[in-house]
Amino acid sequence: MRDDVPLIEARGLTKRFGSFVAVDGIDVAVRRGEAFGFLGPNGAGKSSTMRMIGCVSPVSGGTLRILGMDPATDGPRIRARLGVVPQEDTLDMELTVRENLLIYGRYFGLSRALIRQRANDLLDFVQLTDRAGDQVEPLSGGMKRRLTIARSLVNEPDILLLDEPTTGLDPQARHALWDRLFRLKQQGVTLVLTTHYMDEAEQLCDRLVVMDGGRVVAEGSPRDLIDRHSTREVLELRFGPGEHEDMAGKVEGLAQRIEVLPDRLLLYTDNGDRSLSEVQARGLTPTSALVRRSSLEDVFLRLTGRTLVD
Amino acid sequence: MAAFTGRSLEYWLYSYRRTWRGTVVSSVLTPLLYLTAMGVGLGALVDRGGTARLHGVSYLAFIAPGLLAATAMQVATFESTYPVMGAIKWQRTYHAMLATPLGVRDVVAGHLWWVAFRIGSTCVVYLGVMSAFGVVSSPWAVLALPAALLTGMAFAAPIMAFAASQERDSGFNGIFRFGLIPMFLFSGTFFPVSQLPALVRPLAYVTPLWHGVDLCRELVLGTVTTSGGVNRPLIHLAYLGVWAVGGVLLARLSFRRRLVV
Repeated sequence: MRDDVPLIEARGLTKRFGSFVAVDGIDVAVRRGEAFGFLGPNGAGKSSTMRMIGCVSPVSGGTLRILGMDPATDGPRIRARLGVVPQEDTLDMELTVRENLLIYGRYFGLSRALIRQRANDLLDFVQLTDRAGDQVEPLSGGMKRRLTIARSLVNEPDILLLDEPTTGLDPQARHALWDRLFRLKQQGVTLVLTTHYMDEAEQLCDRLVVMDGGRVVAEGSPRDLIDRHSTREVLELRFGPGEHEDMAGKVEGLAQRIEVLPDRLLLYTDNGDRSLSEVQARGLTPTSALVRRSSLEDVFLRLTGRTLVD
Repeated sequence: MAAFTGRSLEYWLYSYRRTWRGTVVSSVLTPLLYLTAMGVGLGALVDRGGTARLHGVSYLAFIAPGLLAATAMQVATFESTYPVMGAIKWQRTYHAMLATPLGVRDVVAGHLWWVAFRIGSTCVVYLGVMSAFGVVSSPWAVLALPAALLTGMAFAAPIMAFAASQERDSGFNGIFRFGLIPMFLFSGTFFPVSQLPALVRPLAYVTPLWHGVDLCRELVLGTVTTSGGVNRPLIHLAYLGVWAVGGVLLARLSFRRRLVV
């Protein structure tokens, strides 16, 4: 396969469940070695897309090529070259950490000797070497996720698919996981991930699509999307409960755009500090004020009028 | 057996390394207890009334092959209910398999081969205990093993199809209460079906268990005959085969519907 051919190419990709359209004709191309993200709220169609790419869910419409092959006819051959980290763990709780790698490697037809050898490296990589002989059940959520990642690498996949890899983990476990994924990325592994965390997308993705209601609403690098769809800075103002709607009128004209959220006002501006002093000059006294840089969260809010995590 | 089927079978065999001891104990204890209590204990009373209606053999010799078939049914049913639901919902083993080169057919076939192994090994032990009780009188008895295995698979495959269609495990109670237990009691295991009122006899004859019981009994007692142009063993084989093969096709359909969405 030539290097300039995308590893994953979707055109008009659609997934229907009865009359419900989960994925509504999306176009996506993932190149070798990049970290590509699907960012969107729950129900945006990310997981359905991921399952079609993973060749476990049939395509309802459009075309999909993975590693140059068609999932409808070459499912087993494609899956042999994918690594999958599903949203819900599918580890065997009664087997040990090492046995989970062994049995999973056998599904790929790898020899026991080869798996044993790879298991040592993989357990080392996900920092589970000292738990190798332990049963999986009592491991923490973060450890289970790391084991799932190790397991997904046992066949040395061309593409690693991660569906909401850090959902439900505490902040420390998330950072540990990001660190591992970042290393994989540096090793040149092609990562495809879904997330509803904008910080995850910003940290890991070279390029991403923002999804909402089964459609792609924007595409680009995190920086590029922020530059295109938001201002440099955001001024967050909090007033008393129920006052935000009124206050929105009073700060009119102080920012390029104002968003009213239930608990705060967002003022999109290129200079947050200057806007804050202008707010204060109008005699307004927010209970708290915060100037920050624009994030993908702001991009999403701009594009869909909704927040990512409700 | 296709290569991929072997890969999914290997998972079940591997997991068995944790639990095999328990199953060996119950494989030996179950026939020991049943044959002692029902065959030797109750049998002593039954035999006093004459054994003409029991093909002229002792009650122990009468029920032993029936219990062999019934045991195959029980093992098959257990292995095809909770483990299937667990592999779909709790442990999600099937999902893990399907993310790899394995497909639905491999997943179904691997699990069925595993159930066949469980039935087969349990029945080998059962036959061993039976011969220790001195109730294996014919060389034909060797064929009772594949017969019991087929009986088990006639249950395993369709029940697996059912299990894969269930959201909750409560449906299994229905199988146990309205399928397993009545069949166990009334399909010729403990007394000939001819003892039942004429009206309900046909019900017993359509159960797969009766065919399994009768087949195993004819083989173990060496009473295989083709009297009056009716080849009973062949009818039993064909009937059980239909359930097993039909069940496999249904299981594939049911698994696909559940796992490939």
